[in-house]
Amino acid sequence: MITSETVQNREETGFSQEIVIEAGKTELHYWRDLWRYRELFYFLAWRDILVRYKQTAIGIAWAVVQPLTTTFVSIFIFKLIAKLPSDGPYPVMVLAAQLPWQFFSRGLSEASNSLISNTNLISKIYFPRLIIPASSVITALIDFLISAVLLAVVMFYYHFSPEYLFTPDWHVVTLPIFLLLAIGAAMGAGLWFAALNVAYRDFRYIVPFIITVGASISPVGFSSAIIPEKWRLLYSLNPLVGVIDGFRYALLGKYSPPLYLPAQAVSLGFILIVLVTGILYFRSTEKRFADVI
Amino acid sequence: MSDTVIQIENLGKSYRLNHEAQERYVALRDVIARKIKGIIIKPKPKKMSQTEEFWAVKNISFDINRGDVVGIIGRNGAGKSTLLKLLSRITEPTTGRIRIRGTVASLLEVGTGFHPELTGRENIFLNGAILGMQREDIRRKFDEIVAFAEVERFLDTPIKRYSSGMSVRLAFAVAAHLEPEILIIDEVLAVGDAAFQKRCMGKMGEVSKNEGRTVLFVSHQMAAVENLCKTGIMLERGTVVEKGPASDVIKKYITGLSELSKISLADRADRKGSGEIQFTSVALQNGKRETVNSFTSGEKSIFVLKYNNIAKRDISQLDVEVRIETYRGHRLILLKSEMCGKGFDLIPKDNDTIEVHIDRLPLAPGRYCTTLFVTLKGDIVDWVKEAWFFDVEPGDFYGTGKLPPEEDGLILTPHHFHVPI
Repeated sequence: MITSETVQNREETGFSQEIVIEAGKTELHYWRDLWRYRELFYFLAWRDILVRYKQTAIGIAWAVVQPLTTTFVSIFIFKLIAKLPSDGPYPVMVLAAQLPWQFFSRGLSEASNSLISNTNLISKIYFPRLIIPASSVITALIDFLISAVLLAVVMFYYHFSPEYLFTPDWHVVTLPIFLLLAIGAAMGAGLWFAALNVAYRDFRYIVPFIITVGASISPVGFSSAIIPEKWRLLYSLNPLVGVIDGFRYALLGKYSPPLYLPAQAVSLGFILIVLVTGILYFRSTEKRFADVI
Repeated sequence: MSDTVIQIENLGKSYRLNHEAQERYVALRDVIARKIKGIIIKPKPKKMSQTEEFWAVKNISFDINRGDVVGIIGRNGAGKSTLLKLLSRITEPTTGRIRIRGTVASLLEVGTGFHPELTGRENIFLNGAILGMQREDIRRKFDEIVAFAEVERFLDTPIKRYSSGMSVRLAFAVAAHLEPEILIIDEVLAVGDAAFQKRCMGKMGEVSKNEGRTVLFVSHQMAAVENLCKTGIMLERGTVVEKGPASDVIKKYITGLSELSKISLADRADRKGSGEIQFTSVALQNGKRETVNSFTSGEKSIFVLKYNNIAKRDISQLDVEVRIETYRGHRLILLKSEMCGKGFDLIPKDNDTIEVHIDRLPLAPGRYCTTLFVTLKGDIVDWVKEAWFFDVEPGDFYGTGKLPPEEDGLILTPHHFHVPI
């Protein structure tokens, strides 16, 4: 519907830009528009972060308490009761998985609700709608960074533990790759769910369900190495398997089992498919958001 | 010199109305249920009447030149809001095209994106960004915005603690300091106190006159349109019916309003509310309980309202408002059942009449307009703007035998002059 082109002979016309709004022509300059509205993107992310840490009384502590509690629960269930094997110090192993998992689940659930909770913006102001779910994912990333401090503290503790003398090795440089993978997964699934949420209002009941199921089938409390070889590839269709294995590979150093590359490839491929189709689906439904929301 | 900044050609926007589905939104479970039903039971041939196209805006073409201040008027549902939404790119046109030259800021609501938890300062930046300002611009104009809104002392207070007047002032202040070449405004002046409204109008006039901005302004308040706009565009059922000098278009609009009074209240479709109770007719009566065509200044005047109690249940906590307005949209008198002391406790289900009595009608001769606004337990059940019209004939309000002149003040009040000795 919209094409905007900068008029070249600016002095002559005295106008800085010309916009043509026409039926069915949204596609042309979408990505340039997205770039133009980057400022709004920063501000929305900034708003969500401000509000988040203002509203919760315990503020930043929340980002620490949550992974800490789940780690204790995991230690209790998987280590003390089920006695599953661990790669290196168990708390580090769990936290290394807990962080990307919580980032993913929070990013996903917030992105899915983001359009509905910004109804007033969507019905009153034009901007590329992609900004809204994207900024929710970024907000979740801030929580991730805060929790990362906790992980650093735990790693530091095991550095002095005589049992492990734990030190991450060069693997740590691969961490950003896996973080990108996590962002891609949260973003891809988030876009799908955000758009579906607008189209079908009862879809929001499905999202928490997916996250709960996801939490139990992702290798957070245990190492994915315990999955029998023949199931590994199928198991890796859960995109978080690739992400979590990657995080452990990057952070556990010599304790980490080597990366199982076929599984990584499956996860990566799946994340890419979800992300690309997510963007396409979002883009195709985006122009109707203001009419149906 | 062609100085057209907005060029609209054959613009149209249609919505699909589904008569079968009454839900406000689509639920996935219904879609799935329907699909499964479709597989099990052989789908019947589709009834044609189930969906209907509704053109909110149709075949609109006009040009707007640089520096024009254009007022868009029309009754509810005439397509004004849809037109603004199309112009501000919020929704996509079904047909036609719009060419806009220059930066556009649209203000369809004051304080879009204001967040109650954030402070005034934070909200200025957020709202500015939402309206398309760059961070640098906001920083540069920050002090001016704060001064205009008069909120210096509360800058670091979350706006949830602001009074509604304060947040409206802040919102308008941000909007007023945008510097777009084209400004699109929807009824934002309908809020705020009178003094602030006046300042807003002044600011808008300044923006258009001194700075050569193009302004598109939608309002119900004819007085505001008349003051601000040179050109008027009148919409009706989605199309442009009149374009020309603002005063001419407003006159035409007002004439059109009186035509409306010929439609009975029962047939009016441009109403809002749940419809549990729907008002169907109004009659004017004088103090002798005779049905009359017009009231007389200073006489007892009665509106006899008939309604249809659709739910057929006893009614409690009903609040009826009859708002008497001028044609230009100035509200003169609010008649409100809850306010005048004796509201309605319980109205039995077979009643169908409510009367509004005015003991001595304090209105000067002329033609007036009424809006009916009815709530039941706080929910709007029936709301009809410009529901009916009535004329007031000259009458002996002051009991002196002298009739108050037409066109010289609208409100009559008992008074006396004397010389203190």
